[in-house]
Formats: sequence, structure tokens, C-alpha cells
Amino acid sequence: MSAKTIVLRGRKVVGGCAEGEALVTKETISGWGGIDPMTGTVIETHHELRGVSFRDRVLVFPGAKGSSGWSNAFHMTRLAGAAPKAMVFNRMNTKIALGAVVTHAPTVTELDQDPLAVVETGDWVRVDGDRGIVEVTKRR
Amino acid sequence: MRLTSDEQAMLDGAGGPARQKAMDLLVRYAEALGAEAFVDTNNVAGVPGSSTLFLKNYYQQHAGQSDYEAIYSLYDLDADEIVAVPRANAYCCHLQGGMDPDNWAELGMTEDAHAHFQQDEAQVAARGIQILKTCTPYLAGNLPVKGQHCAWMESSAVVFCNSVLGARTNTEGRESTSAATLTGKIPDWGLHRVECRYGTYHIEVGVPVTSVMDWGLLGYFIGYAVEESIPVVTGRVSQPDLIRHKHFGAAAASSGGVEMYHIVGITPEAATPEMAFGPHKPVATIGYGKAERLQMYDRLNSVGHDPHVDYVMLGCPHASIEQMWEVAKLLEGKRIHGGCRLWVFTSRSVKTIADLNGYTRVIQDAGGLVMTDTCSAISRAVPKGTKVVALDSAKQAHYLPAMVGVEAWFGSTEDCIQAALNGRWNGGLR
Repeated sequence: MSAKTIVLRGRKVVGGCAEGEALVTKETISGWGGIDPMTGTVIETHHELRGVSFRDRVLVFPGAKGSSGWSNAFHMTRLAGAAPKAMVFNRMNTKIALGAVVTHAPTVTELDQDPLAVVETGDWVRVDGDRGIVEVTKRR
Repeated sequence: MRLTSDEQAMLDGAGGPARQKAMDLLVRYAEALGAEAFVDTNNVAGVPGSSTLFLKNYYQQHAGQSDYEAIYSLYDLDADEIVAVPRANAYCCHLQGGMDPDNWAELGMTEDAHAHFQQDEAQVAARGIQILKTCTPYLAGNLPVKGQHCAWMESSAVVFCNSVLGARTNTEGRESTSAATLTGKIPDWGLHRVECRYGTYHIEVGVPVTSVMDWGLLGYFIGYAVEESIPVVTGRVSQPDLIRHKHFGAAAASSGGVEMYHIVGITPEAATPEMAFGPHKPVATIGYGKAERLQMYDRLNSVGHDPHVDYVMLGCPHASIEQMWEVAKLLEGKRIHGGCRLWVFTSRSVKTIADLNGYTRVIQDAGGLVMTDTCSAISRAVPKGTKVVALDSAKQAHYLPAMVGVEAWFGSTEDCIQAALNGRWNGGLR
């Protein structure tokens, strides 16, 4: 059985190419106070990903929320070696735009299909930031 | 992006290497946003060049240098080389930091960390950045006016700036504010633009909202309900004062990402519902009643189990002088329970007045401490051995338990003071 690949097209936020296993959440993520920058683990009390790390994963999520320390928290994950490999998100705001820029992770938004509906945790995802392309290879 | 001639000149290096790196970051940021231009700003609130021991150690190891300019260049400006950092170009104030300048040992900070803190502060001062050291710059000397373009960090200050003052800022971050300090530029996007300041959700309040605690609960509800959209609040809310706006906005910015709200008949861009919604039809009308109020109270208290309280923290966002007066009145002539600590956080300028008025002394005589510059969540510092904390701030109750691993009770300021005096939580939804 050959693996099924789906291609989503969107807009560059941060250039570069990276691939990895997807970590998908339908909940927005807080930076400062919502993650542990040293390990890339979500710590927010009521979050569905609480205790899960995005280190070296392709993080697929609706967007950023919470404190203005979002960019700083994600910036720190890069220094700590705990950053996501790439990011794919739906809703633009200043927190995620600045955060993605300083995290240096290839990042794409404004996709022609909802990535939260297409991508599941565990799928293999390749993000081409410069061309705004996200290739999803379904795990099953 | 369209760049003006002065922006292009800065990008080409005419203003020196630091401004060139700052413009380069701002252009990358603006393009990520999809902004088409910059707006001029002469009011920046950030944490330029501030550092933690982690950052110092990281750059010492990876760049062989970890002084103020190294961190400002490599971290704040995301530059690939260290450049000389000149004096600020735009009026800028430094927001809260990691430790109290006097009681740092109480916060568990080392002498080393305190020495770094002092060095950083001297660098900040030398560059003409105002040392306000607070999350409430609007209570410490930086009060923007309606229509003014700002570049502010600190979500609770941002929502206050837009909603209560009618000035214009997005939620900026450390890197963008440090770049704006040098360039006087910030992307012309989002809340800088009139068409992005109209409400999209209608919140209809069906229960009376009067107390500070109730304003906190309503804000906490709205953040979950609208995430980062702009709510328009109508219904049974009493005229809020500064403290209520402060707690309401901070709560809404924590559970969601609310950067601006309208309260019809109260906030400056919402004299009428028509003015608040502009061309929009509300996406939805969401009711806030008895059940929602109870749900928010339970949610904020979901990490509280043990009634023995060993730490009470007040001053999130930093206490106003009115709140210092109230706390002093509640504590006058009383003594905090032996097993409990009380820390009240405020800005240096408010503390100066609290000192003059004797409030600091009253709080100290009762066994409490007044601290400035920081808070427990920012410094990740609670009194040694703390297991259960009591808080009057929905924002702090949202963040602190997860950040330092403690149980937390949320309630009114009076309930928190009672907990400090008795060592027991006896608060409730009244």
C-alpha cells in the first residue's frame, strides 16, 4: 500500500525547508507561561497537549495566544535546541509572525485547505517556506 | 513592502549598523505579517537587552561575549553579528523584569544574578530608556493618548492602551520593541488601522458585574469566548474604574488573546453599538450569566484543593496606589499568620508614594513585603516551600500554578488578605 500524499499551498511566513513528524492541536498555544522553552513542552493547565513536546516536530496549530512573551519563549526554544522543525498555522497575529521569524523555523500560513482538517499527529510533513508548500504524507 | 526613503536609508545602513539590523528584522517581521508599510512610533514599551543567566551563558558559550550589546544584537535584533548599540531613537520605557532591586534575595536570586541585573540596568539607563520596570507603564509615567501609535509589549498593558486609552498598538514582542526603540518604526498592521479596531463579537452581560473579582471573571470568560477577536460588551456592567479595567483586560488577554475591547457607553471608541461594531455585524452574541460566572470561578479554582494557604500574592497587574491604600487599610494593626507569606507587587513609582503614605510600613508591620519590578510569574519565584497560593488576579491564577507547580485559590482581594491573616482559604463566590 503506497502512502497517500496531500499538497497544501499557502503563503511564506519564514523561508527554508524542513520536514518531520506532525504534532497537531486544534487549540491555540501560549508562549510565555504556556510552554517550557527548555524542552518545548506545553505546560498550560487545561491544554490538550499538556506534557507533550514539539521539539523537532512540525507543529500544526490554529495560532498563537496569550502573553507578548510569545516570540521570546519560542526564540528561547531555538537556543535550547527545543524548537519545532517547522510550523503551519491558520490565524495570523503579531505574536506568531514575530515568533516564527526569530525561531528561524520554516513557516507557512493561509493554506488552500485547513491544515487542522488534513494533518493528523504522526503524519510526515514537509514544509517549503519559500514556496509556501506543505506536503503531507499520511501515516495511514 | 513599501519603504519610505528614511526606512530604506536605515535598511541600507545610513543610521549605523544597529539601526540597519533593526530595520532588517522589522522588514522580515512585517513581511511575515503581510504588512505593506510601517507606521512611525515614538512610544515604545519593551525589555531591550534584558537578560537571564541562561542567555548570558548561552552567548558566552556560542559567541564568546555576553554583555548588553551582544544580547541586544544577537538576541533582540536576531542579527548575525554583534554591533554597537546606540542610544534610543524613540521614547522607550523598560517594562517589568526578573527581580526586585532590594528584596532579590527573598526571591531566591543569587548575588551573581543580581550583579547582572544591575549591569543591565546601567546599560538601559545609559541609552536613555526609562526605567519604569512595570507591567503598568500607564501608572508610572507613560500614558499615551487617543490615536497615538505605540509599540508595546505586555498583553495587559496592550489591552489597556487600546481599549481604555484609545491609543494604538498591537501586542509587540521583545524583538520588535527593541528594534522599534532604535528605528521609531513598527509594522502598520492590525490595531494601528481603524478598520481593524471594530468589534466582532457581542457579549451580553446578564448578571451584575461590579466587584473587581467579577470584572476578572468576566474578562476570563470573554478571553475563552472570543480568543483574540474584539468583544463589544453590553448589559449589566457597572461603571468600571481603573483597577477593574486593569483586571478585566489582563484576564481576557490571558485566557484568550484579547488586545482590544469595547464597552458600550464607556470605552472611547464605543459611544454607541454602531460606533463599536462599525461596518461589522456581530459574528455571534454570547451571553454571560450565572452559569458562566460560576464556570469561570470553578475553572480558576480547579487547581486549589488544600485550604492551608502558605503564600498570598497581590499586585497582578502591578498594584495602583489606590490598591496599595486598600491593602494597607485591610492589614492595619493586624498580623499575618505565621505559616503564610504575603508579597505585594507594584512599580517603583507607585512604591515611592506608598512609602510616603506609610502603606509600605503598614504592610511590613503586618508581616508582608512590598516588591517592585517583577511578580511571581515573571520571576518564577514564590516563598520557599510554597505549596498553596491565594491570588486575586485571574491572570496570575491562569499562569502561576503551571509555571511553578503550586496549587492556587482565586478570589477577591479581601478573601486573599483573610487567607494571609488566617493561613486558610475561606473564599467563595458570593
